[in-house]
Amino acid sequence: MLAALLIMTGIAVVLGAALGYASIRFKVEGDPLVEKIDAILPQTQCGQCGYPGCKPYAEAIANGEADINQCPPGGEEGIRHLADLLGREFKPLSEEHGVEKPKSVAFIDEQTCIGCTLCIQACPVDAISGAAKQMHTIIEPLCTGCELCVAPCPVDCISMVPVGESVETWKWKYPVTEIRKVA
Amino acid sequence: MSRRLFSFHGGIKPEPHKAESAGVPIRPAPIPETLVVPLRQNARAVSRCIVEIGQEVLRGERIGEAEGVLGTAVHAPTSGTVIDIGDHPMAHPSGLATPCVMIQPDGEDRAIAMLPFDHRAADRQTALDFLRDSGIVGMGGAAFPSHIKLGRGSGVDTLVLNGAECEPWITCDDRLMRERADAILRGAIILLELIGAQRIMVGIEENKPEAIAAMRVAAAALDRPLEIVPVPALYPAGGEKQLIRTLTGIEIPHGKLGSEYGVQCFNVGTAHAVFRAVVFGEPVVSRVITLTGNVANPGNYEVRIGTRIADLLPLVEPKADTDRYILGGPMMGFALPDLSVPVVKGSNCIIAASPTLFPAPPPELPCIRCGACARACPAELQPMELYWFARSKNFGKAQEYHLFDCIECGSCAYVCPSSIPLVDYYRFAKGEIWARERDAAAADRARERFEFRNYRQEREKAEKAARLAAKAAETKAKLAQGGASATADTASAATEDPKKALIAAALARAKEQKAAVKPKNTEDLSPETQAEIAEIEARRQHMQAGATSAVPADGSNSGDTATARHDAEPIPAPADEERS
Repeated sequence: MLAALLIMTGIAVVLGAALGYASIRFKVEGDPLVEKIDAILPQTQCGQCGYPGCKPYAEAIANGEADINQCPPGGEEGIRHLADLLGREFKPLSEEHGVEKPKSVAFIDEQTCIGCTLCIQACPVDAISGAAKQMHTIIEPLCTGCELCVAPCPVDCISMVPVGESVETWKWKYPVTEIRKVA
Repeated sequence: MSRRLFSFHGGIKPEPHKAESAGVPIRPAPIPETLVVPLRQNARAVSRCIVEIGQEVLRGERIGEAEGVLGTAVHAPTSGTVIDIGDHPMAHPSGLATPCVMIQPDGEDRAIAMLPFDHRAADRQTALDFLRDSGIVGMGGAAFPSHIKLGRGSGVDTLVLNGAECEPWITCDDRLMRERADAILRGAIILLELIGAQRIMVGIEENKPEAIAAMRVAAAALDRPLEIVPVPALYPAGGEKQLIRTLTGIEIPHGKLGSEYGVQCFNVGTAHAVFRAVVFGEPVVSRVITLTGNVANPGNYEVRIGTRIADLLPLVEPKADTDRYILGGPMMGFALPDLSVPVVKGSNCIIAASPTLFPAPPPELPCIRCGACARACPAELQPMELYWFARSKNFGKAQEYHLFDCIECGSCAYVCPSSIPLVDYYRFAKGEIWARERDAAAADRARERFEFRNYRQEREKAEKAARLAAKAAETKAKLAQGGASATADTASAATEDPKKALIAAALARAKEQKAAVKPKNTEDLSPETQAEIAEIEARRQHMQAGATSAVPADGSNSGDTATARHDAEPIPAPADEERS
């Protein structure tokens, strides 16, 4: 009886120590779920979801504060990925957060720009080059198309230009079977 | 000369259709009215334009400088005038536009001074740069820069020269080997010396006996470690990995390149271009292209790069029932969206297609899981699995089944009894995966930049706070000091409030500074101006005296008032020392 008790207690102590050590040794910094959600989000940093950036939105989803259908740039596909990851039902994009648009980049009309730097301050990814009283321009490959620079511009010289297809980005289309009448 | 050959998995035997165009020697195509030279020779790199509209260029003059890792130079194909630089559709399935230089030939075809290059005397990098600046790319179709392929090789002992030309209809390499065997082999020897290989193996499909004979004669004359090996005519014997396997028995694993296994492969057309560049200093300005199919006079033509396909077609007289034109072979080529596209360095064949020659495929039927595609696949993939995954857009799974090892040879679609356009599905899946990778890379970059921006803003805030704190501390220290000295002083307005004392001190300093500034442009003045200045100075003295008497004792205040008045006064420019 006593021997059995001692053995059981011994096992409990050893396992407890092992678990305790493991929890310190293999401690996970941060929430891995947030990272996974963040990896799905398009990183536009546009704030259309109501959070100041993709990471805060990811955190909000992980904490159950936000729904998965608030990201217009991610679109339907993004929602599907999030639903897959979180084991939730797919739901269409919430309309109050905006609509899915084709990828665009901002364009500054350099004739009109007065060099006020307001757009530079608004750009979440530092994709605008310029200085006070100097003409500004968009660094196109870095622009995420978040449209955050459009509103602050006092002279309305920023417009969103859809990104066209180039030889580098062109893709073969999904094969379509022609339906023909068989006599 | 017999050696043991190896065989690759699968392969098909389509109708060769070589006889149509192989019988006639290579003829030079006339120089057209306008040449459209694309600055982009393949989908990955565009060269930087270095000519201007209206500029006179000579044949072989560089018009595009190599840019980027995969860039190569582009040259003027003939002498003439640059009439336009702008976007023009290119020979690509999309038919999208790309930057092009339009040249109006002057008909004289004058060349710039071309200097041979001594690759034995030059170091390796110089030689590779020379090839890049001569615009040497793979002439087999992919137009991959040859200097990159050469630069990759370390420990390469076998150079495989690809003369298999396994696609039906195409005979440009065949004709090139028959007519210019010596130049090809000399070019191959240059490549061998550049890459440091020990031997050259030339693989030629055995359905080209004349080419094999011509190459053997040329090889015998050269007395080098050269071997001309006839390989069985089995499509795709000319695929790089398939040819290496056939000739050497080396099976290059998935995701690896030949150079990692001591083998490097070049097309015979590339070797020919290298020979011309090194021995004559002539950059790539033309190539041999097969014009065949539903035409009256099929044949091979030496065509200047930039010749529009519409300008070439009258040479071979396409028949009336031609409904489309295929660029490349019938297995891997694509229907041209537009006939105004120019010939590029990778264009090897144009086939006029008619419903009789290339009947429309029967309608796609469901996959019956017969496995014929897997038996035909030369890359030893499972085409039916890839088809399922590509069709259901399950791209991750498709990649797991090594989608990217697919060479898009079309063997699977050729044998498919349900006539499923399998390659179209693979191309679609590859395109989607690349697009996703690009998006993911862009998202990562955006995330990084966003996080850095947040960090920078935090840091700037902290720095500002620290600066303000430091300044506040400094002021406090000064105040304490000023207070101490002021107590020792006689009783004045300053002693009551140490801050006031500081302000007074600052004002005094400013006044001193102002007094120190000398008016500019006061040398060499005419007597009148001098007199005027003197008058103004007198007036100012007078007013300042008035101001001091009007405002009570505090000197700092008087300075302020004087400045204000002074600014309001009309002062002649030379004396205006205060305007900043």
